[in-house]
Amino acid sequence: MSTYWWLARWSYLTFILREASSVFVGWTVLLTLVQIWALTHGPSANAAFHEWMRYPLMLGVNVIAFLFVLFHAVTWFGLTPKAMVIRVKGQRVPDWAISGPNYAAWVLVSLGVAWVVLRG
Amino acid sequence: MASRITIEVTRYNPARDPEPRMTSYEVPLHREWVVLDALNCIKDHLDGSLTFRWSCRMGVCGSCGMMINGVPKLACATFLSDYAPGPVRVEPMRHFPILRDLVVDTSDFLMKLARSKPWIIRTVEKPADEEHIQTPAQLEEYRQFSMCINCLLCYAACPIYGLDPQFTGPAAIALAQRYNMDSRDEGASERLDSLSNREGIWGCMFVGECTQVCPKHVDPAGAIQQYKLTAATEWLKAMVLPRGAK
Amino acid sequence: MSKRSNEPFLWLLFSAGGSVSALLMPVHLFLFAIAFPLGWLDPPSDETLLALIRPPLVRVYLFVFCFLSLFHGAHRFRFTLYDGLQIKHLNEIINVLCYGGAVLGTVTAAYLLWRIP
Repeated sequence: MSTYWWLARWSYLTFILREASSVFVGWTVLLTLVQIWALTHGPSANAAFHEWMRYPLMLGVNVIAFLFVLFHAVTWFGLTPKAMVIRVKGQRVPDWAISGPNYAAWVLVSLGVAWVVLRG
Repeated sequence: MASRITIEVTRYNPARDPEPRMTSYEVPLHREWVVLDALNCIKDHLDGSLTFRWSCRMGVCGSCGMMINGVPKLACATFLSDYAPGPVRVEPMRHFPILRDLVVDTSDFLMKLARSKPWIIRTVEKPADEEHIQTPAQLEEYRQFSMCINCLLCYAACPIYGLDPQFTGPAAIALAQRYNMDSRDEGASERLDSLSNREGIWGCMFVGECTQVCPKHVDPAGAIQQYKLTAATEWLKAMVLPRGAK
Repeated sequence: MSKRSNEPFLWLLFSAGGSVSALLMPVHLFLFAIAFPLGWLDPPSDETLLALIRPPLVRVYLFVFCFLSLFHGAHRFRFTLYDGLQIKHLNEIINVLCYGGAVLGTVTAAYLLWRIP
């Protein structure tokens, strides 16, 4: 097969983009680690971290990373019901009844994290 | 609607041609005609040497799988009018060696199918006069996976199979899962031994194209992910429980 | 080695990490990498944040977040390299780079979180 097989079909492309989100998942962990390091190393480290995060290049990368991570989340919750079959009274629970609560939990957890961080 | 449509068909005679080539034919475009009708029209009226497999022409036998405009489809279930004004490109199924024209060699799949042990395995056979009772709910557990007609469209759609011919592939794994989920079967552990590896279920990356192209709505992608979940659960059990306990 | 491989273990980490990163990463990244640097939202002070991550429970949260996400990413990236770029013959090197990277990141996370004053 051609090295560019994933360009042949839209579904192959979305698949490879979904897999590529792994790079940005790693990147987000790296950012988190750098931030924890800065927080524990006093004002000058923190100032350097904030300056670094405001570089246009950095912001560009992070916006892309955000979009990829978002894509990962949407596809992940959407695909969960395919792997997890739940039966009630012999009937398979429809996909939306599994992915729906997933998406709801995602919104709630996100709001929870935002509240904890922003409450000051 | 135009009354005629052009069909581009792969022609290949390994004894004569160095490489497969495309040949165009013009056939009538009837509203009720499927691609298989067009191929039969070519064979009957234009070129009797065109070779392709078909049998039931009603989506049951699984013989007439081919690439239609680059997408794996059953020729008997694909209407020409959906491709008007044409041309329609008809090629042999991807990822398989071509034997001649639209006929591919599927022996690799048959070899892999045996790995899945797609039959009911019992540790102790019941006496011949005793029945295996199965409730409708138990049937429902595996019914979807039992609809497979071995047409191999899922193999033609699967990029992983294209990249790694060692991969067991969608239909064979879905059929293993069909027997795993059967209340009469006791062979799940045996199948796990032959499928819980890189060439088996763990090679699948959940592209999901197999499920998209399946004409019988088997959902092989779902079957494989469910199989992974079972295999992982079994692995955890083996880790946590002492040897011998089940 | 038995016929059954260690893939189930890696897949369990991949799945757990996939759920954790899907649940938590969008909001983390949005707040700290976009909204705060761009001034869309008022960031908490560094002292407040440090106080926030000090309790053991939050450290465990951050550790699990880093650990599982890293193994999720490593597993997925490994397969992307195999199949997307078709460099499966570099199997061993890819495994070492991907999972080794994840182990390194996890150890670093543990160390950093342990050393929070």
